[in-house]
Amino acid sequence: MNDLYLIYKNMTRKPLRLFLTCFAIFIAFLIYGAVTTLKSAMDSGIDLAADNRLMVVNRINFTVPLPIAYFRKVAAMDGVKNVTHANWFGGYYQDPKKQLVVMAVDPESYLRVYPEVVVDPQQKQAWLRDRQGMLVGEKLAKLYGWKIGDKIPVSSNIFSHKDGGHTWDFVIDGIFTGNTEQYDTGYMVFHYKYFQETQTFGGDNIGWLVLTTEDPSLNEQVAKKIDETFANSAFETDTSTEKAFSKAFIEQVGNIGLIIFGVVFMAFFTILVVVGNTMALAVRERTGEIAVLKTLGFSSPRIFKMVLGESLLIALIGGLAGLGAAHLLIEGAKAAMAQFLPNLVMGGDIVAQAVGFMLLLGLVTGLLPAFNALRLNIVTAFNRGGA
Amino acid sequence: MSEEVLFQLKGVSKSFVKGKEEISIFDDLDMTINRGEFLAIMGPSGSGKTTLLNMLGGVDQPTGGEIWFNGERIDRFKESQLTRWRAHNIGFIFQFYNLMPMLNAARNVELPLLLTNLSKAQRRANVETALTLVGLNDRAKHMPSEMSGGQQQRVAIARAIVSDPQLILCDEPTGDLDRKTADEILEMLQLLNQDHGKTIVMVTHDPAAASYAKKTVHLDKGKFVQREVAA
Repeated sequence: MNDLYLIYKNMTRKPLRLFLTCFAIFIAFLIYGAVTTLKSAMDSGIDLAADNRLMVVNRINFTVPLPIAYFRKVAAMDGVKNVTHANWFGGYYQDPKKQLVVMAVDPESYLRVYPEVVVDPQQKQAWLRDRQGMLVGEKLAKLYGWKIGDKIPVSSNIFSHKDGGHTWDFVIDGIFTGNTEQYDTGYMVFHYKYFQETQTFGGDNIGWLVLTTEDPSLNEQVAKKIDETFANSAFETDTSTEKAFSKAFIEQVGNIGLIIFGVVFMAFFTILVVVGNTMALAVRERTGEIAVLKTLGFSSPRIFKMVLGESLLIALIGGLAGLGAAHLLIEGAKAAMAQFLPNLVMGGDIVAQAVGFMLLLGLVTGLLPAFNALRLNIVTAFNRGGA
Repeated sequence: MSEEVLFQLKGVSKSFVKGKEEISIFDDLDMTINRGEFLAIMGPSGSGKTTLLNMLGGVDQPTGGEIWFNGERIDRFKESQLTRWRAHNIGFIFQFYNLMPMLNAARNVELPLLLTNLSKAQRRANVETALTLVGLNDRAKHMPSEMSGGQQQRVAIARAIVSDPQLILCDEPTGDLDRKTADEILEMLQLLNQDHGKTIVMVTHDPAAASYAKKTVHLDKGKFVQREVAA
């Protein structure tokens, strides 16, 4: 027997109370783990964005198109290194529920602007030559079991085909990977010209422009120049860095950071009150026993550590179980969300942060009862009928 | 035969403030307890018996006077020193046993040994010896809730003697027991005093319990009013 055994026996003396306390903490860390992992996955696009890449979208909002003529005009501007354009296709495969990230792009310039896209030179040449060709990300190809040469029908929930219907037939000419593991390869691209020729509406419009500057220090200057050039036209632009664009895109649904802070804060505050109250009650019930331990010769600091250890242990048991459940939840949802949130992984930083919060929760909830136990006067405790 | 002094109280006083009034429990109390003595302290409720016992056990401090134990003045000890001193020198037996409800008999007896440097095996051996002495070795794995009052008090006695203290302090050790069980417990205390040389100080209301002691003192209104030595 040692102090840890005493902590364990004290902790487990009322199993239902222990279960309910741990369950409350479990829920808090389940929410924390799942929500922060979700935010981290959303932010990963921001983290991976290139420093010198700018996005040009319609000033009204990014779903409103821009004229194709802007492509040449922007390409001619000082400080612009490469420029490409893209259109959102709104694709799905066979079933509208199987949504795909599909974009119509200008192939050559696209690959120049996105050096992260790594594709075998032969496959690249095949794709550049094949107007009906498709370049598919490795993750997407694996998900559907596609391989080079496969003919796949991709439908659009926005556009309709000249031949009737909403489905386009493509041939997979290449499968690309990313230059880093984090790069999302859960999308596919095809020729803008093929899109332009076969669609029934949309004309010569593009969705947005993406450009790289000669140097990140030129970003602001180039962005300002682009927006000034198209000011007071029918298609005014809004140019921002890719990082800022990704952040703004994510925050369309609201300030994710604030939402997460709100949810986590409320969960933690509630748990703090519940666990703090439970700990205080548990220690108060043991006033007599603490007085007996002190009488036997257990020092006050030792009892302080035992009470604090108990609350830390409860916080860690509930918290780690909650975090484990969040991990399982994330792993379960990973496949289904792979296309939208490719980096849905509970990273070490989230785990470390959560463990930090568990320790903090244990300390905060245990400090007052531990301090009361530290100060407990033996005679007063016995006179109170505590023993 | 010269008797060795274990405890000495010199002019001890104890008072506390209640509202604006200062209430005195003792004033200028002198007392000597010799090694190997079995002393019963009797007196009516509120006479200060338990307060005196608490001071002997170092769980309460006098407001005046001196308390000497084995040549050391313990009333000047800091709390941490008193805690260590208690762990090494005193065994406590309470009226309501005060066993830890979540620990079995053996674990309860082992508690004071956690304050020593004994190995696990040594601790186990000491626990076994103490439980055998109180006749409860076969109940080592029983929880307090599974034992009678008398058995629980015997476990408490085993806990009090397991670390081999010089002095055992008992606060109404039979107050919660029937006569027959009380006699068994008192015989056990007598055995510890006579055969194992333990010095015992027992607070009791019960004259029958006090009759087991070698010496009885009567406390009333903070003064010793009568001293009796057993024949």
